[in-house]
Amino acid sequence: MRDGLHHILGLATAFLLASIGAALADSSEEAREQKLERLVRQDCGSCHGMTFKGGLGPDIRAERMAGFTPSAIAAVILDGVPGTPMPPWRGLLSEEDALWIAEYLRKGGR
Amino acid sequence: MTALLKSLLIIAATLMASVTHAVAADQQPVLRGTGNLGIIVERTTGSLVIFDATERRMISRVEGLGDLSHASAVFSPDERYAFIFGRDGGLTKVDLLTSSIVHRVMQAGNSIGGAISDDGTLVAVANYEPGGIKVFDTATLAEVADIPATWTGGRSKTIGLEDAPGRRFLFSLWDAGETWIADFSKGNTPQITKLTGMGDRPYDALVTSDGRYYVAGLFGEDGLTVVDLWQSPLTPRRILRGYGNGETKLPVYKMPHLESWALAGNRFVLPAIGRHELLWVDARTFEETNRTAVYGQPVFAVAGPDGRNVWVNFAHPLNDTIQVVDSLTGSIVKQWKPGPAVLHIEFAPRGHDVWVSVRDANVVQVYDAYTFEKKAEIAANSPSGIFLTARAHRMGL
Ligand code: HEC
Repeated sequence: MRDGLHHILGLATAFLLASIGAALADSSEEAREQKLERLVRQDCGSCHGMTFKGGLGPDIRAERMAGFTPSAIAAVILDGVPGTPMPPWRGLLSEEDALWIAEYLRKGGR
Repeated sequence: MTALLKSLLIIAATLMASVTHAVAADQQPVLRGTGNLGIIVERTTGSLVIFDATERRMISRVEGLGDLSHASAVFSPDERYAFIFGRDGGLTKVDLLTSSIVHRVMQAGNSIGGAISDDGTLVAVANYEPGGIKVFDTATLAEVADIPATWTGGRSKTIGLEDAPGRRFLFSLWDAGETWIADFSKGNTPQITKLTGMGDRPYDALVTSDGRYYVAGLFGEDGLTVVDLWQSPLTPRRILRGYGNGETKLPVYKMPHLESWALAGNRFVLPAIGRHELLWVDARTFEETNRTAVYGQPVFAVAGPDGRNVWVNFAHPLNDTIQVVDSLTGSIVKQWKPGPAVLHIEFAPRGHDVWVSVRDANVVQVYDAYTFEKKAEIAANSPSGIFLTARAHRMGL
């Protein structure tokens, strides 16, 4: 009986710990995505517009971006376009970040 | 018994207070001036906060202004109306006293700012798409003139639209490297003068507060171009040529702004591009006098009205910091982090307070200009530009 209870308690604790762990992982992934989303809207937005309609930089809305592969877009983000105001983001963004942003642009949102 | 009476009295008093308040707000607006009002642009919600700069508190919010990322504003000569230039091509006339939209037109697809004529009758907007400027009657927002920025490459994006004495507007063509002057002194059909050879991709410009010089910053080359509007013929002159010493430019994550608040003592202070430096030039000769190494890519370098100190903010990712530079020595006298994404700096007209927007902290902070002590905060959603009505009486803003 006692053993049974222990077992159940143990399971419950393990389950609790596991779900806390998952929630933490989720929330750190969620936090990362929120941070990237804000960067794209606000900081890319300072040249491409908050709605990506364009500004000093061109229109990068989904209709235009869907025609490019994610890796091509990520390459432009990481290396910039030399001789133009499009700056290289390597150093500030990782390859995964750039790919996440590329997908985000192609979908026009999360 | 007394307790009951007390609470009844409190209830009655509260009711009366709210009734009086409602009357004051809705039916009989209190008489007031507008000289100490200002607006804060809330860039993500398309709204404005109207605030009282003396009491340092919000008065009201105006909504429905569209995409206000990179929005700016000018004011009517009576300081009652604000004209807001939205990113999405919206031009909105707002009554600061009634906190309401008076007129609103969608005049282009994509805009970058505007100016009001010296006599207050014309408001002009610079457009990226379709490239050119449009000019409107400030009373009605009816279109007065449409000036496409046509050059051999098609239509150019326009930037650096400024007012100049004599009902003139000056603006530059990013793609064409030209500056055009639209002169409305003889009526509402402008005479256009085109200056070529301004340089590779002018990205912003200023008119000095005496209305004499138009200074354009260049993205594509190391240098700026100045036009002395007192001379005839008008001749662009390159200054600070080669300020980059041939070194590789640092990446620019946000384009700097040139502001008419650049005069600090007998020198102008200008942000370098692709270098973490401020450039100081003699206000008469436009020769470089010295440089100040700063924390990041400067975005705004704003001198107080007395020219004593220059407050500087920076591009992403160093945009959490402000540096204050002494204009006599060119040295940094103060540096601190107001919070994430410091976007704009505005001095009170007499220079005692400095207003700072901190976008990602959703707050506008008010500092004492001399002790740097924080005096107040106003909550705002993703605040960017801060504009005080006293701008109405300054040239080149
Ligand atoms: C300082 C201004 C500026 C900033 C900030 C900026 N861009 Fe750009 N971007 C440009 C310009 C200008 C171009 C066009 C370059 C050219 O002429 O080919 C461009 C081009 C691009 C392109 C290629 C579009 C096409 O049609 O070829 C993509 C994609 C892009 N930017 C994404 C981004 C992303 C994502 C960010 C933020 C991480 C960003 N940009 C930030 C100015 C900027």
